[in-house]
Order: sequence, then structure tokens, then C-alpha cells
Amino acid sequence: MKVKPFYLFLLMVAFTTIIAACSGGNGASTPEEGSSGSTEGTSGSDDEDVIEVGILHSLSGTMAISETSVHDAELLAINEINANGGVLGKQIKPVIEDGASDWPTFAEKAKKLLQQDKVAAIFGGWTSASRKAMLPVVEESNGLLWYPVQYEGMESSPNIFYTGAAPNQQIVPAVDWLLENRGTKFYLLGSDYVFPRTANAAIKAQLEDAGADLVGEEYTPLGHTDYNTVIAKIKSEKPDVIFNTLNGDSNVAFFKQLKDAGITSEDITVLSVSVAEEEVRGIGADVIAGHLTSWNYYQTTETPENSEFVEAYKAAYGEDRVTADPIEAGYFGVYLWAAAVEKAGTTDVDAVKEAAKELEFQAPGGLVKVDGENQHVYKTVRIGEVQGDGQIKELWNSGEPVKPDPFLKGFDWASGLAESLGQ
Amino acid sequence: MGKIMNQSIFNKKNLLLLGFIVLLIAPLFLTDFRLNLLGKYLAFAILVIGLDLLWGYTGVLSLGHGIFFGIGAYAMGMYLKLEAAGTTKLPDFMAWSGVQELPFIWVPFQNPILAIILGIFIPVMIALLLGLLTFRNRINGVYFTILSQALVVVVVTLFVGQQGLTGGTNGLTSFNTIFGFLLASTTTQTVIYLITAAVLAMVYFASKVLINGRLGQVLIGIRDGENRLRFLGYDPAIFKTFIYALSAGIAGLAGMLFVLQVGIISPTMMGIIPSIEMVLWVALGGRGTLIGPVLGAILVNWAKTTFSESYPDIWLYFLGLMFVIVVVFLPDGLMGLFKKFQKRWSGLHDKQPNSTRVEKNYS
Repeated sequence: MKVKPFYLFLLMVAFTTIIAACSGGNGASTPEEGSSGSTEGTSGSDDEDVIEVGILHSLSGTMAISETSVHDAELLAINEINANGGVLGKQIKPVIEDGASDWPTFAEKAKKLLQQDKVAAIFGGWTSASRKAMLPVVEESNGLLWYPVQYEGMESSPNIFYTGAAPNQQIVPAVDWLLENRGTKFYLLGSDYVFPRTANAAIKAQLEDAGADLVGEEYTPLGHTDYNTVIAKIKSEKPDVIFNTLNGDSNVAFFKQLKDAGITSEDITVLSVSVAEEEVRGIGADVIAGHLTSWNYYQTTETPENSEFVEAYKAAYGEDRVTADPIEAGYFGVYLWAAAVEKAGTTDVDAVKEAAKELEFQAPGGLVKVDGENQHVYKTVRIGEVQGDGQIKELWNSGEPVKPDPFLKGFDWASGLAESLGQ
Repeated sequence: MGKIMNQSIFNKKNLLLLGFIVLLIAPLFLTDFRLNLLGKYLAFAILVIGLDLLWGYTGVLSLGHGIFFGIGAYAMGMYLKLEAAGTTKLPDFMAWSGVQELPFIWVPFQNPILAIILGIFIPVMIALLLGLLTFRNRINGVYFTILSQALVVVVVTLFVGQQGLTGGTNGLTSFNTIFGFLLASTTTQTVIYLITAAVLAMVYFASKVLINGRLGQVLIGIRDGENRLRFLGYDPAIFKTFIYALSAGIAGLAGMLFVLQVGIISPTMMGIIPSIEMVLWVALGGRGTLIGPVLGAILVNWAKTTFSESYPDIWLYFLGLMFVIVVVFLPDGLMGLFKKFQKRWSGLHDKQPNSTRVEKNYS
């Protein structure tokens, strides 16, 4: 007997197993087993005793360091809601997926959560690119995405709720405050991707309108760590303010090299919009102390809800953990969704969207309210100064929640920006 | 492969045919989502055939195929983006990047046929140019590999930096229709899947013919003893450039099919890590065999999906373990394992040596 093709037969077996396994994964007939992220049962439909929601953040790759804490905060909120009886009398069951810091993976996993697990909502994303990747998927399947991070604006999808700041709730007031308090010579420094470029386009329009000076604009690749040339330029231009939209590791290198170059916050103020308590820990509080940030929430924000939130977060994940703006936005996003479901009496996406309009919630960072029109939230703007202990002290706040304006329609100087989008 | 063909129904041709039939009827028993994923794996499988022609048969290791794949995908993405924007408006990212009118690079991509041609033509031209410059000057081996890697860095930096032209880090997404058909609809996706399966079969058989012909012998000659071949009067540079350009074209084709099914292309898909991953699929399946890399690409990507769905926290360890096991225990990949099995099996049943060709170690 000749057995030459035996291995080919084995190959075929392997191949058909793959396909069989693929088809086996389609929920309905075969509950899979596994750890936290596996899918069980079919869907979050109303006749079951659990409601499934998707949690989709990068748990691996470059963004994991930031996104894992938001993931943790969302799970904390789900656990708290479940401990209080759940939603519509049902427990919320998180289905966890890893976006792996890779945008096509975000699209794939969002598709899996919506089409296969049929989750009632997805909480996820951090970078604009990951949101842009998920956007067509949630719109196609008429799903619901709760996106927790401040971003560059110019977007308003009917299937996304934006719980982070729109530009007019972070960047625009920060520029105003700097012009009033720190001087009019601006230097723009950012990582080379969509958020810094789009944010800076708006800042430039705003500066021009205010008659301020723009003395430099510089972009470095994501992950860039050599800022000596940039700092040399900064030294020769002598700006009053550096508006920093660097993201990730670059901040560590930039602030360290800035300090080594002998530039202190007394000489030049750096205001960062992507540096929160988490990042301060990475940079080193002594290196960045005295510089400014602009957010809607700090761990030090004084509300009764916040002391409870900080305590619960530390109890769940460790005393050394800190809370920050995106963490808080992820956390109250789950509560807003739960409240909307409770109000709608169903997890049906259209009904939940309708119920979420003008919904209010006492978040750790103060009162938030969903804008019925653009599905962003009203938030209080807070400018803060980094302290030696790594916490951020609030210097100024807007006093009341600011209406979100993702297309900057309320600002004359931005008319060119919004118009070009045909909005 | 062996010259002895078995007469039983499990012969190679029948098995391949069976495999293809399984792929063709997959839409009947897979959900839309799973079919979509399988289609993505098949797009990768097309890509690795080209990579295997280059590495497995010709012995030229390119760690830069991500860009050929990416350029093909961008070519298709640009057409889809323009169709989604309609005839009057600009694609959304151009608007927020301050681009006022359609850049001239984008104009040809309004025509789908031209977009498809360019999606193959541009990678081929880049590969021809780089191939001629390097192989003519006898830049070989690891130096070529480093150059191919450098090309990735250059192209990715360019794509990220030119946000108004390329969509920057976000890449191209939010497509709507293709030839007027809704991309999201099940029918369209099934048709695209079937086209992908058919393209895979065609690329496979064309490569098979190529490898079994005289050209294939020359390529293997280059791999195993380039100098000898040169002394015989062949110019290896021409052959290497040809096969490099061919594999780039195949990568571009795979990229187009990828973007149709995944719905997004961004610089992360063409960077250094994906480029190396592609080579890993070839190695895992078994380079120097055509079916091995195809199975490798499908298997690894399937494993990636399955592990990451079941164990989102620790899936990367499984994947890493899989690579380590293959590299340490199966230096010839899965096909090497099957060959070993087959040898042992035949050793048990008849003592005749069953291989007529001496396998040479070319690493």
C-alpha cells in the first residue's frame, strides 16, 4: 500500500476542522467555554436573564497602557450596577475583546460583538483611528458605541455616544485661558496623527482670530523620543506657551529633555491635552510639576461621587492606581447607558438612543447631560496644574457644564473648518 | 513533491479540488461574520503564495511585503472612498485636513477598472525599480532584506505624514458601495468572498505551473547555488527582479481583496510588524511548498481570531508559543511535519526510499 498522500489527507482534515471550528463559533448552537471573554448563550435580547455588552479596548500593543484602565473602570461600573440589581432586573454580562492597538482589529471585533454576540452596546476605543474603524461597523449594524476619550471633533455619528470632551470642552477654553493668563506667543507641538493635526488647525484659526502669535508648529512621529532639535527651536523662538498634543511615550522623553535643557514651567508653560494622572506617573511628577493640563475631571475633583468612585476604583484595582479623565468618562458612560435602558424599558438601540436624549447623571466629575442632537455630553471644563505628588490641582473651571459643540459651530473663527465638512 | 502518484481517491489533485469545493460551499454553512473572516484569511493566503515564490523558491527574503499589500489595498480603498463621497464632495478626511480640491493622485482612482489596474501596477513598478537597483548591483541576502525593511519605514512614514492625501494614521474607512452595490449587504460580501476564493485558486495554479516549468528550476537554482547558475550563463538578477515584481503584484491583488472584506486599510496594516508576520505564515506553513504557506496563513490567522476571542487577556502568549514550537520543533513548518509523518508511515510499510529528489537545506 502506498501512503504518499497520507499527509495530504491530514492536511485536509486540519483544513476542514478550521472551517468547522469557524462555523462552530456562531453562538446560537454552541456555547464556547473560556475565561472572561468567551461568549455564552446567544444575545442580549429581552427574554434572557442577562444583557450582554461589549468591552472593546486594546489590552495588548502600544495603547494597552492607557486603555486597560478604562477597561477596568467600565467593568467596575458594570459590577456596581449588577450589585444594585442590574438593569431591567437583569444582570449585565460583559463580553471582553482585545482591539490589540490595531485599527482593522477594532473593526473586526466590533463586527463580532454586534453580529455574532448581538451585544446591546459596545464600550470601547481610545484613539480616533480606532473610533473611525468602528464607526462604519456600528452604523451598518445599527449598534451602539460609547466612546470615552476627548477627541478632535468634526464627527457626530447617530450610533455613537461621545462621553469624552469635544474640542470646545477642552482645547478652545484652554487656549482662551492661556491667552488671558500666560501670554500670546504660542508654539504647537504634537504627534503626527489625526488628533494633533486637526486640533492644531482649530487652534491656529482661534489664535489668528485673537491676534496672537504662532511662532512654531512641529509634528513628530508617534513613539518619537528625541526632542533636542525641537527644544533648540523652542529656545530660539522663546514662546510663552507650548500647546502640547503629543501622545504616549513621547511625552516622557519631551518633558525630561525639556527639564534637562533648563526650561522650567516658570519660563515656558506647557499645556498638555493628552497627559492625565496616569501619564504623569509615567513621566515622573517631579519632571512635569508646574505644567498645565486641560480636562473635565481630575482625581482631586471635589464631589461626593468622586470620593466614592476613587475609593471603589482603588479598592478594586489597587491603592497605587490613579483615576483620570478617560477613566471617569468610561465609567459614567456605562451608567448613562444603563439609565437610558432603564428609561426606555428595553435594550433596543433606537429606543435607548431616544431615551438617552437630555439624560442627566451625577458623574464623579460633576453633572453630565447628553446632548440630544449630537450625542456628546455637557461637561465642566477644568484647567489644572500638575503637583509634585503626581496629582493635578484645579486652577480654573467653567463653573457649569459646557454644551458640546463638536463642529465648533458656535465660533465665528471656525466657520471655515466646519463648513468644509458640509455640516 | 514526489514523483510517485497514488491512484487512490486521496491523491493530491483530488484533495486540492476537495479543498476548493469546501471553500466554495463555505457560504452555505458559515455565518456572514465568519465568512467575512475566512475571506480575509484567503486574501492573506493569496499574498503568501507570492511571498513563497520569492522566499521559498528563490531564496530572497523580503520583510517589506506589507507595503505592496498596503498599496493594493489603498488603491481599492481610494476608489471606494471616492464612490462613498459621491461626485461632488471630497472624502471626509480631506475636508478636515484642509484639502480643498481632489489631489491629482486621486483622479485616476475615480475609475474602478483603473484603480484595480493601478493596485497591481504600482507595487509591480516599485518592486521592479528596487529589484533592478539591488539585484543588478548584486546586493543580496541580508542586505536586500534590510533594504526591503527600510522601504517599509519610508512608505509608512510617508503615508502617516501626508494626512490630506492618505488619511494619516486613521487610514481609509467608511466605505459605502462598490460598482453601486452596497458593500455591507450579504450578497455583495458573498460574491466578494467567492471572487477571493477563485483568485486564490487561480494564483495557486498559475504559480504551480510556473514552478513546475523551466523557470521554477532556475529559481530553485538561484536559491541553492546562485554562482553556479551565473557560470552557466543565466543572469540571476533578471529572474530575481521578475519574481520580486510578480510577488509584489500578487500582494497588491491580495490587498485589494482584503480591503473589500475588512472595510478599512491603515498604515498599521503595512508596517514592519505585519510585514514580518507575513513571512512567519510562510515559515509556519513550510516554505518551498505552495500549499504549506496557504495553510499557514489560514491557520495562523484563524488561531489569532480564536485565541483572542476566547482569551482576550492572554491570547498573545498562545500565539507566541505556537510560533516558538514551530520554529524549534518544526523548522520546515507544517509541511515538514507532514513529510516526517509520511516518511515514518512509509518506513513501516515498505522499506523503499520514496523520494527521488534530494532535499537540500537552503537556510
